[in-house]
Amino acid sequence: MLQTLGHRTLGAVAELGDFALFTSRSFSAAVGAPRLGRRIVRAVYEQGVRCLPVVLIVGAFTGLVLGLQGYYVLARFGSEGLLGTLVSLTLTRELAPVLAALMVVGQAGSAIAAEIGIQRNSEQIDALETMGVDPRRYLVSPRLLVAVVVYPMHAAFFTLIGLVGGYLSGSVLLSLEGGIYWSSVMRAVGPEDVRECFIKAVVFGIVTMAICCHNGFNAHRRPGLTGARAVSASTTRAVVLSSIAVLATDYLITSALV
Amino acid sequence: MSDQVNTPGRTGACAEALLVARGLRKAFSGKTVLDGADLVVPRGALVCVLGKSGTGKSVLLKCVAGVLRPDAGEICFDGRTLPAGEGPERAAFRRRCSYLFQSNALFDSLSTLENVMLPLEQTTTMRRREITERARAVLRVLELDEFRERFPSQLSGGMQKRLALARALVTRPELVLFDEPTAGLDPLRRNAVFSMITRYQVELGFTAVVVTHDLEEALVAADRVALLDEGCMRFAGTPAEFRASADASVRAFRDSVEDLRADVAANRAHQPSRRAPHEPLEILPK
Ligand SMILES: Nc1ncnc2c1ncn2[C@@H]1O[C@H](COP(=O)(O)OP(=O)(O)OP(=O)(O)O)[C@@H](O)[C@H]1O
Ligand SMILES: [Mg+2]
Repeated sequence: MLQTLGHRTLGAVAELGDFALFTSRSFSAAVGAPRLGRRIVRAVYEQGVRCLPVVLIVGAFTGLVLGLQGYYVLARFGSEGLLGTLVSLTLTRELAPVLAALMVVGQAGSAIAAEIGIQRNSEQIDALETMGVDPRRYLVSPRLLVAVVVYPMHAAFFTLIGLVGGYLSGSVLLSLEGGIYWSSVMRAVGPEDVRECFIKAVVFGIVTMAICCHNGFNAHRRPGLTGARAVSASTTRAVVLSSIAVLATDYLITSALV
Repeated sequence: MSDQVNTPGRTGACAEALLVARGLRKAFSGKTVLDGADLVVPRGALVCVLGKSGTGKSVLLKCVAGVLRPDAGEICFDGRTLPAGEGPERAAFRRRCSYLFQSNALFDSLSTLENVMLPLEQTTTMRRREITERARAVLRVLELDEFRERFPSQLSGGMQKRLALARALVTRPELVLFDEPTAGLDPLRRNAVFSMITRYQVELGFTAVVVTHDLEEALVAADRVALLDEGCMRFAGTPAEFRASADASVRAFRDSVEDLRADVAANRAHQPSRRAPHEPLEILPK
């Protein structure tokens, strides 16, 4: 019992070290890499364009729900006028970076983990190595670089459409004056809120994309599993670990910045 | 030669051959596959590695190519011992060596042409047009140019093999490790592949290690033949020596057709009346 626990702990620490090495090597491999352009365009499509619809839909509904719930809670204290403040701060500081990151993990992260896992499984990664192409540079670096930019953009879009959603439920469906809503939004959000939003989004982007790539990359090391099962297991693991990592780092960043 | 011996990192014994592997050992979770295998590949030669299925021929090539890390043993390339891990020496080796995977390991989401272009795109500073031209030239030689927009999954098995061959040759390597380049090809193409390897060898001047099960073709095309059996090299020498060898495992391998002929004759001798095609087999339950 104690022994298993010890083994697991050691395994987790070793994997954490391996993960850190993997991530830093992937970033450093990007320096001076030839012909990164096409890979970056593809990664932007994969993480940006393909994920935008789901981010917008989730953002709109989050805003709608926030507007409704917020309105009724605030109405109890007679302060519906603060609805804009509530919606905008909740979105920028918390919900937009977190939920957008979770959506990108679900849409793009899982796909990337599966794709890299299959490439590992069919010896394509070994083939890259024998050609003298660093597979981290080819497969991972562009995705990490793109995540640094794309996740904050998703968070921004999420916030904007969420604010519109809050307006719709607060002012169109319910009876709050539109001008009051938007002016309290304007007054509430300061540069430090936007900064917190972007810091979170960048960190989530790096952490989740690295987790997804790392799990796909090491699909052949899943104990007791090979082939298609190893790919599916590492894909599931990539999504679960990324989601946990988003919420855990969210807590850490929030407590550090507040 | 003497200056080579004195240079650090060079060893006299492996100075003449392009590739020397000595005492390679590799075990998978306790099961020994390579048990001190040696392989000497003279510069410019075509060495065929023969052996039964599952004896570790692919493992041997993977150890040389650096896909697998051998548990023990030494690999010298061009007079220098290759270090086990990654590093500049290994990177230089990879630029000069190509490996054709038994499974082809094609990039399945890239088109035929992109597959061949990728190694040049990622490892050279050549211009895109130049790369395209060179890739298409190789594809033309291998009769694949008209399929260049197709994806590997849309090619037949033999075409995939030729595509993998094209990808291995496009970088103009000095050493090419072919793992069963003729598996799954018809006899005409099989001969064509061997003839192409020998022709390209003269034109491009590469050294080749070919793992194959095609004994006849191997004995015609190879400069040297090696037989891997139970983890080590049972035989290494010229095709003529292979034909003349009296070693038991060489004999078993070389004369398997004779053995088959004898077996078939013996089997039929036990069944005097040959069964007509429509008659039910006796061993099936009535
Ligand atoms: N990654 C691996 N893990 C465990 N065992 C392996 C691995 N790769 C190969 N082996 C074992 O090593 C042995 C040799 O395999 P290898 O693929 O080298 O055979 P081979 O000589 O190339 O056969 P063939 O002619 O059929 O290709 C086999 O018994 C195989 O089970
Ligand atoms: Mg093999």
